[in-house]
Amino acid sequence: MEKKWEEMTPEERQEVLIQRWLSPKDPQGEDLKFKTPEAEAEYKARVQRLVDAIQLKRVPDRVPVLPLPNMFPVYYYGITVQEAMYDYEKCFAAFKKFVLDFQPDATMGCMGPGPGKFYDIVDYKVYRWPGHGVGPNQCYQAVEDEYMKADEYDALITDPTYYFLTVYFPRAFGSLKGLSLLSPPTYVLEFYPTFSAVHFIPFALPPVQEALKVMAEAGAEVLKWIQGVVGWNLEIMASGFPLLAGGGCKAPFDTVGDTLRGTKGIIIDMYRQPEKVLKAVEALVPIMIKMGAEAAKQNGVPLVFMPLHKGADGFMSDQQFKTFYWPTLKKVILGLIEEGCIPFLVAEGGFNSRLEVIKDLPKGKVVWMFDQTDMAQAKKILGDSACIAGNVPTDLLAVGTPEQVKEYVKKLIDTCADGGGFILTNGAFFDEAKPENVKAMVEFAKEYGVYR
Amino acid sequence: MDLVEAIADLREEEALKIVKDRLSAGEDPVKILEEARKGLEIVGNRFASGEYFIPDLIYSGEIMKQITEIVKPLISQTTQAKKLGKVVIGTVAGDIHDIGKNIVVFMLEVNGFEVYDLGVDVPPERFVEKVKETQAPILGLSGFLTLAFDSMKRTIEALKEAGLRDKVKVMIGGGQVTDEVRKYTGADAYGKDAMAAVSLAKAWVGAS
Repeated sequence: MEKKWEEMTPEERQEVLIQRWLSPKDPQGEDLKFKTPEAEAEYKARVQRLVDAIQLKRVPDRVPVLPLPNMFPVYYYGITVQEAMYDYEKCFAAFKKFVLDFQPDATMGCMGPGPGKFYDIVDYKVYRWPGHGVGPNQCYQAVEDEYMKADEYDALITDPTYYFLTVYFPRAFGSLKGLSLLSPPTYVLEFYPTFSAVHFIPFALPPVQEALKVMAEAGAEVLKWIQGVVGWNLEIMASGFPLLAGGGCKAPFDTVGDTLRGTKGIIIDMYRQPEKVLKAVEALVPIMIKMGAEAAKQNGVPLVFMPLHKGADGFMSDQQFKTFYWPTLKKVILGLIEEGCIPFLVAEGGFNSRLEVIKDLPKGKVVWMFDQTDMAQAKKILGDSACIAGNVPTDLLAVGTPEQVKEYVKKLIDTCADGGGFILTNGAFFDEAKPENVKAMVEFAKEYGVYR
Repeated sequence: MDLVEAIADLREEEALKIVKDRLSAGEDPVKILEEARKGLEIVGNRFASGEYFIPDLIYSGEIMKQITEIVKPLISQTTQAKKLGKVVIGTVAGDIHDIGKNIVVFMLEVNGFEVYDLGVDVPPERFVEKVKETQAPILGLSGFLTLAFDSMKRTIEALKEAGLRDKVKVMIGGGQVTDEVRKYTGADAYGKDAMAAVSLAKAWVGAS
């Protein structure tokens, strides 16, 4: 008799998710058929290697190696970013070639370029992408703006969902302005039927109907794309490569800072209305936990990808980090662990001044991927309690030589791999890179990173 | 109450009150603006020494913006303080990241440089034009993405083609920029942070 999810301890939940990661299913719920027995053995060995590195209970057979690209597979395959965004089959072929050629221990998948037509349909304002503000062969880039105004904290805190739907969406998506006219669904109560009825009036208004039409069209496009993604995932897994992450979410401070207020906006708010910022990040905690945990459970992969931005060295003082950034990030991390997930924290920039603070987490439950952090310090301070990953510099991959890359990897493994708890990755997600450098990173690490 | 100190310590309301009070008492607006600049200079120094961080810098800029808005209309002729030298700066073609670049602009300005900020996604020819027009001896190229390395290289090549390469020193900086990247792009120097940009610029105009 199997225990219900609600009755399980966090450890039991994690074990369930790890078992599902180890033994993936096809869409019919049957055991996934691997292409060859070798592929199956390799798949399981790769997952086990990552689990061992993360849990700190056993030393893995060797250091897991994860080249984590941004647009590199697109360039490497010889198509433009624009083609990859609009011709889904070409995109999938490019990311498949990357996995097969570089043989990573897990893959972030093929979703990076995303469904270009979706961005067109909704007139996405938050990004510039090829054909819409950047050249055909450049990655999309986020456009920072005050998508939420300084005086809208109360609206966000009171009802984040209604705020996102009726205020953020109309600003972020040019074709969805009509959504600003919607009534709060929480006004539809049973106390008098007429009151329920009146809240449906907005759906009769032409701007709302226009927005709903656009949403239906946009959704259909994304559905078409995601079916391809699912097929890609199954094929790649069947070839022996696990998916790295089951879902993703953000630090609450980054959600307010990156998504809503922009860097300058949230910085000014920390001085002018600190209490509001603190309430807003608190309100986002359960939403972030749910976002990461639900996807991880649905996809049967325990790792939850969390890119961290505004907590980096220099971006705020230690005091501000301890006040505004860390407490709610920690709550999200603990909430995910409670759900059996493994937060994969991508500390972009440097995190040197934060190491002592972020140490305060249960042992063997998270991965910290570092970019420009001093890896020797990271190992020294976090080594007993957390798996660390990093940090072959992207500039080295772009303009260095294979010899320089190998030298860096050797030093990195010498510094960080002792006793397990280390995954070799690049520092930041890379676009342009010399293929021979990426190859050198992966192959040398696999050879040199064997535990004897 | 001291305006310099109020700004240096980021006390926004107090700083604005001092400015308004002193203006209504009939004080010379030029003198007030000069003091405000001194306050900002202290903020810059505290940032350079690691006491202040990016938020403090941005907030002080916001305080200064408000003071300037109050005071500027009252100044009949702007008295130009003597500048150390001109710097043309921008984020290179294809890249729209500007947080780091803006910090460098701030630090160069509070350290006495006249900065021409061309913004983001700046094509090589605009850099060349501006260098020609201002005759600035220093060009700063910023970029966060790896694709920026090629744009930096192209910009420096465009300077060469325009016959300006030996008239201008080029510094580069941004997220993943290192000495390897400097060599690749053909720049004269790279800086890891805004303080490095200031010391490079000072050295190049002979002011350090």
